[in-house]
Amino acid sequence: MQITPLGDSALIVRVCEDFEGSPDKALNAVLAAQRRLENAALPGAMDLAPAYTTIALFFDPVHAIQAGAPIENVFDWFAQKIREILNSVYPVADNGQAVKSVPGERSIAIPVCYELELGFDLDEVAAHTKMSVQEVIDLHCSARYRVSCVGFTPGFPFLSGLPDKLATPRRSIPRKEIPAGSVAIGGRQTGIYSTKSPGGWNVIGRTPLRLFDPKKNPPAVLRAGDRVRFRAITREEFERAGK
Amino acid sequence: MKATIARAGFLSTVQDLGRTSLRQFGVSLGGALDAHALRVANLLVGNNESDAALEITFGGLQLRFSDERIVAWGGGEFAVRVGSTHLPAGHSVFIERGEKLEIDRPKTGCRLWLAISGGIDAPLVLGSRSTDLRANFGGFNGRPFRDGDELPLGTNSERAKILISKLRGEKIARWKPPHEWSSPTRPEPVLRVVRGADWDRFNDVTIQRFTNQRFTVSPDSDRMGVRFEAPELQRSRTADLVSEPVAPGTVQVPPSGQPILLLGDCQTIGGYPKIAHMITVDFPAAAQLRAGDCVRFREVSLADAHRLLIERERNLQQFRRGLQAHFS
Repeated sequence: MQITPLGDSALIVRVCEDFEGSPDKALNAVLAAQRRLENAALPGAMDLAPAYTTIALFFDPVHAIQAGAPIENVFDWFAQKIREILNSVYPVADNGQAVKSVPGERSIAIPVCYELELGFDLDEVAAHTKMSVQEVIDLHCSARYRVSCVGFTPGFPFLSGLPDKLATPRRSIPRKEIPAGSVAIGGRQTGIYSTKSPGGWNVIGRTPLRLFDPKKNPPAVLRAGDRVRFRAITREEFERAGK
Repeated sequence: MKATIARAGFLSTVQDLGRTSLRQFGVSLGGALDAHALRVANLLVGNNESDAALEITFGGLQLRFSDERIVAWGGGEFAVRVGSTHLPAGHSVFIERGEKLEIDRPKTGCRLWLAISGGIDAPLVLGSRSTDLRANFGGFNGRPFRDGDELPLGTNSERAKILISKLRGEKIARWKPPHEWSSPTRPEPVLRVVRGADWDRFNDVTIQRFTNQRFTVSPDSDRMGVRFEAPELQRSRTADLVSEPVAPGTVQVPPSGQPILLLGDCQTIGGYPKIAHMITVDFPAAAQLRAGDCVRFREVSLADAHRLLIERERNLQQFRRGLQAHFS
């Protein structure tokens, strides 16, 4: 387990080395580390941000120093505490044995209207993958996904589990504006544009769900570790749900 | 209990100290790009240091007050006036009912933070009053001000009321914080950095270039980050990395080789190599950078970064204690 500074007010814990090899195992280890660090409530700790193989701890150095961290070595003080927390009882990344079950793991179905008007890159994805549009839709709906990480824009889920056959490179020229709710494929990942934003992924449909709502707490529908599948809906259902 | 934005200027938003604990949902820190300037300006008007204030980019703003207030500002080299009275940075100033405050374009630097006693009474959204311009929420309806907007203000604190009675005559307070707190703009600043996780991915020549040459700020810089035009930083390995958390202050190097210094509105994760991280006490200088400005980067140790931060924090505590005398 490697711990490196992320500037003077944060650090990155590399929980596992590889993501692509076994995304599930990597994610379980990262989420287990996140829970343990949350529970430990280190002095001066302000935020934890998981992403694929790593987790960042954001801290207030002034608070940490007041709590006893030596000014000459705030980073090592945190790193040592983190190692103690993550290596206690059993290591977080012991081949997944200890982290097989993730308590509170959620399973969420996302309704998607796959129509050319909303999924304006369906034709291109079909052409690239040498499938019909319907085959693309069926395959996208049949797979099981997992949120590896939330970011890019608030509430944007990066999903692992895209069938290899659907992998489509990002567009060479990103679009200036993609509507909120757009479901898209970027390389070997799929994701959902949670807010209106620029973007380079291939849009294949749109969900009426509002994935990010600042009036709610938590503000995002999805979080790292969630299991996700897509359910095709008709245009009528889409319009009704959007109201 | 309000101020009217007679002219909104180039880009003016409500900001406080931002959203510090929602990164797992992809919510940016946001907040004042120079958090220290915001804290100092708030203290000068009798507010809590985390209260919401205005972040004004490139000036052009006119603000009319409907009641008596204390204001204070800090940031770039701006001309700030009420009628024919010039308002210097870093001083508490009494504003009468109906007076109009005008901010011109800056000579150097690009942003200022204007605190108003009582604070900006924008609703708390996800724990902060800051405007998130990427996702359009928080602050004033999730957007920059427009001409004619009415800005809701909070109630003057007891401390502000005492200042109002004291400054009614002389208008501008005589005391002020250290000069660099309210006027942090410097020609060709040296931004101090600590090594990033990917420092070793760059060869010696590139590291030499990074720490020795001048970098010019590109026009497509914004609250997300300062982009630099030249010189290019070559990466020894070009493979894209798995995305990892990034933070304001991170200097990342995209395939173009032109580094980006991330600021408050940056994304929470990124896939570009992180060559270095600017230290916290240099955000005030970085927040003033505009197109054409030149900077240099210099490596310091993490211990230096923390020593400088603690020193500034101690000075701020002392300043806060000193202010108490004026609030009684």
